[in-house]
Amino acid sequence: MSFSEKLREKNFIVTAEVGPPKGVNINRILDEAELLKGKVDAFNVTDLQSSVMRLGSLAVSHLLQERGMEAIFQMTCRDRNRLSLQSDLLNAYVLGIRNVLALTGDHPSLGDHPNAKSVFDLDSVSLLQVASNLMDGRDMNGNELDGKPDFCLGAVVNPGADPYELQLLKMQKKIDCGAKFIQTQAIFDLEKFGEFMNQAQRFGVPILGGIIILKSAGMAKFMNENIAGISVPEKYIERMIQIAREDRPKVAVEIANELVEGMKTLCQGVHIMALGWERYVPDLLEASALI
Amino acid sequence: MLVVQLKTEDELRLKIADNKVFIIECLGCQDVYFPNKEVDEYIRSLEKQVIARVRLDYLCNRDYASAYIKAYDKQIQKAQIVLVISCGVGMQVISSLLDHKIVYTCCDTLYLNGFQGLSAQPFDCYQCGECYLNYTGGVCPLTNCPKELINGPCGGARDGKCEVNPDADCAWAVIYERLYKLNKLDIVKKILKPRDHSRIISQSLSRERIKR
Repeated sequence: MSFSEKLREKNFIVTAEVGPPKGVNINRILDEAELLKGKVDAFNVTDLQSSVMRLGSLAVSHLLQERGMEAIFQMTCRDRNRLSLQSDLLNAYVLGIRNVLALTGDHPSLGDHPNAKSVFDLDSVSLLQVASNLMDGRDMNGNELDGKPDFCLGAVVNPGADPYELQLLKMQKKIDCGAKFIQTQAIFDLEKFGEFMNQAQRFGVPILGGIIILKSAGMAKFMNENIAGISVPEKYIERMIQIAREDRPKVAVEIANELVEGMKTLCQGVHIMALGWERYVPDLLEASALI
Repeated sequence: MLVVQLKTEDELRLKIADNKVFIIECLGCQDVYFPNKEVDEYIRSLEKQVIARVRLDYLCNRDYASAYIKAYDKQIQKAQIVLVISCGVGMQVISSLLDHKIVYTCCDTLYLNGFQGLSAQPFDCYQCGECYLNYTGGVCPLTNCPKELINGPCGGARDGKCEVNPDADCAWAVIYERLYKLNKLDIVKKILKPRDHSRIISQSLSRERIKR
């Protein structure tokens, strides 16, 4: 069953994130993905995440597809103008990629090439519109295509970001432009997420709640201070402080499992961002009875 | 040099409908390529909707504009909408001074070369040629957002400050506040089309393009 069919038919969807390496040694990420093969519904491949130059999303998405794993090709507007974005959507299709997650992308000044020229010719909303146009057989200027691609399009939302109302409004725009699923920024506060879902449920599009596996108290504090929309509650930070270093993965999985369990009643799936702790994802899925 | 174009009547009609308007027109730099004739015709077409039409020099001089607006306070109150005929900087000055009022610009600014800095301003105009200020509460999403986002915020702002430059306000947080105050948040629901970069007049092309 394809990812888009699963979105329609499965009760609870699980996606996992794959971050391409800075370089060409791809064995590690492919091995990590193999660990989850058949256990998750699709793999998101990040597109120069945090504006750090690295191996691209298109190539790694293709490698996963070749190995029988369904990829979600993440595509940002940071580095490509409208010609290149449209062309890469066509490239993706002929390489067997069927799922695309449209993002605006981080600003280059936050990454390892802060002197780069940022593009942002389109935004996430118009990228979705353009992809929908391609699926209808036209480019964004209305010119006819010789063979049209077909995608399952997705988008993101940050439920913790201010102003909250504009996040919902932009999400509505993304759905109007063709997004068939939504993945969220990492969630640690289920109560607040529940309030968001009360508002977001009416859009009728599956929402996959973001899960970051918390590796340490330091990581929690860093995210609280630096990442918009993420607020790790004190109770989780305390738990991470109190345990011995070697027990951290066990507690990290416990915390993530609590969040996944909470989400089972709130939304239609989870998007797991292991950030290097991919080896613990099978434990999490088992704990959450998702495999 | 300043080149300003009147927006299409259709676009303006959508915004103005049959509301009463107070018109503020800038006389500052308009000696070059300012559509005086079209502006006069357009204002005539508004007929009885016009409460008053005032003209002043250099709207971009905020202190001066502020004193002027105070002098016309009563008439401005009678209008539902304030219309500004100026470059993008003048429009941003007026909408920042009248943040309790709906302010729309009638113009697209195509070229402002040489005038920025004439009087130091916290407002900038990219001369994009398709002014977005009517869709964003008079706050420019191009000059105030590092990603130039026209369809809503990125989600990276913290406590109302920009992720890229934490000293600056998030443009969309300001847009939200201003439209919330005016009870006009539905303005930002419109999905805006990607920008038309061919509207931008570059240095090298300017003379020929302007003549056309």
